[in-house]
Amino acid sequence: MTEGIADDPRLEPSALAREARELANTWSEPRGFVGWFSCVDHKTVGVRFIVTAFGFFILAGLLAAAMRLQLARPDNTLIGPDLYNQIFTMHGTTMMFLFAVPVVLGFGIYFVPLMIGSRAIAFPRLLAFAYWMFLFSGIFLYVMFFLNIGPDRGWFSYVPLAGPEYGIGKRADVWAQLVSFTETSGLAVSVCLIVTIFKLRAPGMSLNRIPLFVWAELVTAFMVACSMPSIMVASGTLILDRLVGTHFYNHAEGGDALLWQHLFWFFAHPEVYIIFLPAQGIVSMIIATFTGRPVFGYIALVLSLVATAFIGFGVWVHHMFTTGLPQFGTSFFTAASIMIVVPSGVQIFCWIATLWSGRVRFATPLLYALGFFVVFIMGGLTGVMLAAVPLDAQVHDTFFVVAHFHYVLIGGSLFPLLGGIHYWFPKMTGRMLSERMGKTAFWLLLIGFNATFFPQHILGLMGMPRRVYTYPVEMQWGALNLLSSAGALTMFVALSIYLANVAISLRRGAVAADNPWGASTLEWATSSPPPPYNFVPAPTVGGRDPLWETRADLPVVVGLAADTREVLVTRLMDAEPDHRKEFPEPTVWPFLTAVAVGGLYIGSIFTPWAVVWGAVPCTIALIGWAWPRKGNRPRSLERQIAHRHRTAAEHA
Amino acid sequence: MKPKAIDVSQLPMNAFGHRSIMWWGGASLMLMEGAMFAMLIVSYIYLKGRSPEWPPGYFAPVLFWGTLNTIVLAASTIPNHFAKAAAERLDLRSLQMWMCVALVFGVAFCVIRVFEFRSLNVWWDSNAYGSITWTLLGFHTLHLVTDVMDSTVLTVLLFVGPLQESHFSDASENALYWYFVVIAWIPVYAFVYLAPRLA
Repeated sequence: MTEGIADDPRLEPSALAREARELANTWSEPRGFVGWFSCVDHKTVGVRFIVTAFGFFILAGLLAAAMRLQLARPDNTLIGPDLYNQIFTMHGTTMMFLFAVPVVLGFGIYFVPLMIGSRAIAFPRLLAFAYWMFLFSGIFLYVMFFLNIGPDRGWFSYVPLAGPEYGIGKRADVWAQLVSFTETSGLAVSVCLIVTIFKLRAPGMSLNRIPLFVWAELVTAFMVACSMPSIMVASGTLILDRLVGTHFYNHAEGGDALLWQHLFWFFAHPEVYIIFLPAQGIVSMIIATFTGRPVFGYIALVLSLVATAFIGFGVWVHHMFTTGLPQFGTSFFTAASIMIVVPSGVQIFCWIATLWSGRVRFATPLLYALGFFVVFIMGGLTGVMLAAVPLDAQVHDTFFVVAHFHYVLIGGSLFPLLGGIHYWFPKMTGRMLSERMGKTAFWLLLIGFNATFFPQHILGLMGMPRRVYTYPVEMQWGALNLLSSAGALTMFVALSIYLANVAISLRRGAVAADNPWGASTLEWATSSPPPPYNFVPAPTVGGRDPLWETRADLPVVVGLAADTREVLVTRLMDAEPDHRKEFPEPTVWPFLTAVAVGGLYIGSIFTPWAVVWGAVPCTIALIGWAWPRKGNRPRSLERQIAHRHRTAAEHA
Repeated sequence: MKPKAIDVSQLPMNAFGHRSIMWWGGASLMLMEGAMFAMLIVSYIYLKGRSPEWPPGYFAPVLFWGTLNTIVLAASTIPNHFAKAAAERLDLRSLQMWMCVALVFGVAFCVIRVFEFRSLNVWWDSNAYGSITWTLLGFHTLHLVTDVMDSTVLTVLLFVGPLQESHFSDASENALYWYFVVIAWIPVYAFVYLAPRLA
């Protein structure tokens, strides 16, 4: 690496403007019909992830509204039991697999490369493939639902109910293949994120200077990589049991239903943290910005993220306390489940310390962060209660559990996400969201949420089981259920205002400056919205809060080609510049590959031979993907390399 | 004051090993695939623990083909090693030759694998033992077949182009992934062939 030169002619304003034009030409996405399917820009794909995920969020929210309508009064006959089973399964499956995980990864896809000062995300074509897999999975699920083949065995699809003996028809297969789809997508995104964060950081951004949101996405990506294989094995073996007569879960032939629960929860408990950790990253960013100071306890926060991830893999059995497992084993999982409160507590105290010592601005994003504190802590408290075996045994499968996990997931994830959209909307669209509408939506949502879910604690303690389509009037659950449904209506109004705010501000919001909130991280160093190449000149970093540390002597990067998609690759620990890498052009092949793989997955619901025949188009698509468009003939490349060897030897 | 500049235009366009993003992509993939193998093996142990006898009601798989394949697989690391070394020297001719040799081993392995399946002495739908045995072996075969196809495409590319310098690091990562398939075979062999004998 060459030392910084003070008067590089490439940094003259006119030279930079010329370079920006050329870069825009190189990095812009193709237009037109085919171009739309060829896009590999992390910002476009990131927005697609976020928008698509919110589309599924709306669908799942409407399903929830339908359930609350049905439960609003006793002995209601609006929705029958069969449809109700499908609706609660669709609601849970959509929220977990098609909203929560894709949306947190979507934020990472959009913001990680910007926050670390990179031109692009690693493996952009793999990223495009991941998006198409995600989109197809959702379309597939909802088409099946409207054909009355929607999954109906609950979002954890327990065997033997979902096995070949009791799960007749194709509904359980639809669930299993939906999972295969979304996990393929999630695993692909996690590869992109891990490699981007490890290798594409701006020079100077050593591991201890990575923004907390990026740390959260890194830990999340590792959790995805280690937990999703478990559900791949689970859904794969379930399909095998149903399709070709294996006996993994068939008790009569040596199989075991509890194996399913172990495999499922070994994935699904970490999944809660996959959803929750990026949201904590968002909270850290928001709190730093709206207190105007770096977050207190950076190291403690990073270690808490990592500790949460590790402990998160050791608590899955607390979902299985009523299955008759040995008492000694369950005590271990009780201890682990209570222990996970410690890193969460450390984080909360760090944030409180930050708020305490900063100049707090109560803008809408911060309100969501504070709402997160209140709601999530309440969910955490019921979590500690549920970690105790006797209490869990009492309220297992009641509305108490429903209330608990909605407090954790909506408080721990949805509130920060909605705050995150308020925070980053100016960067993504170039326009500000309305603060007045934003605050109205926030307060209505906070009230509506508590009205919906707080009564469910009491209903659970009164003995109301989850997943019942109705209840008799004599149980005296009517009043609280009506209150809960009224709360759901309030949430509906609040979220409608939120959406209207987005729709209106997209056209008529105040135009946003590059850094409207006065934030400290690199995504605010470029224009709003960012250009396709993210930065010119590419930045370097001298601290954790680059935009607050105006160091005039901080160098910038020059010498990356503007006429090809060159990206600077740096070293893992200290982000020293290492080499340049030419990134791939946009292409339609990832889309075609997703079509081929999707066809294989869907076909395999109906016949095992689909795996064999489906492999042919998959192979063709992958070859098309891998085959380079331009390059040298082998001989000429060999001559070039030989020439390089000779010149290197001469220099030596 | 204008900022200083760090000039990166003289940095190389390609790197090997953990400096390369391909290496990290491959490593992430191995982490995930390794986790899947681990989950299958955990399932095997779990199902084995549920059964009073193992293998329940069937003979253990015939050792011959699996052991032969272990030898072939171990031997395949030799051409693989030379291919990796050739790639990292940017030596195209040597790389082409060793990739072809490695491919022959890969194909031989796939062929012997067919005989392995035939000598398992149990079907996948016989009982849970048969299911996990077939799935474990099948999952390893899936890796084998995809890696052989991947290597074939890369080898063809090396002969007919269009080539870029980055294809040498692709070849190096391809060799690394083959090592992963070889190493993953060790526990799979132990559970498919030895566990039914030791129980």
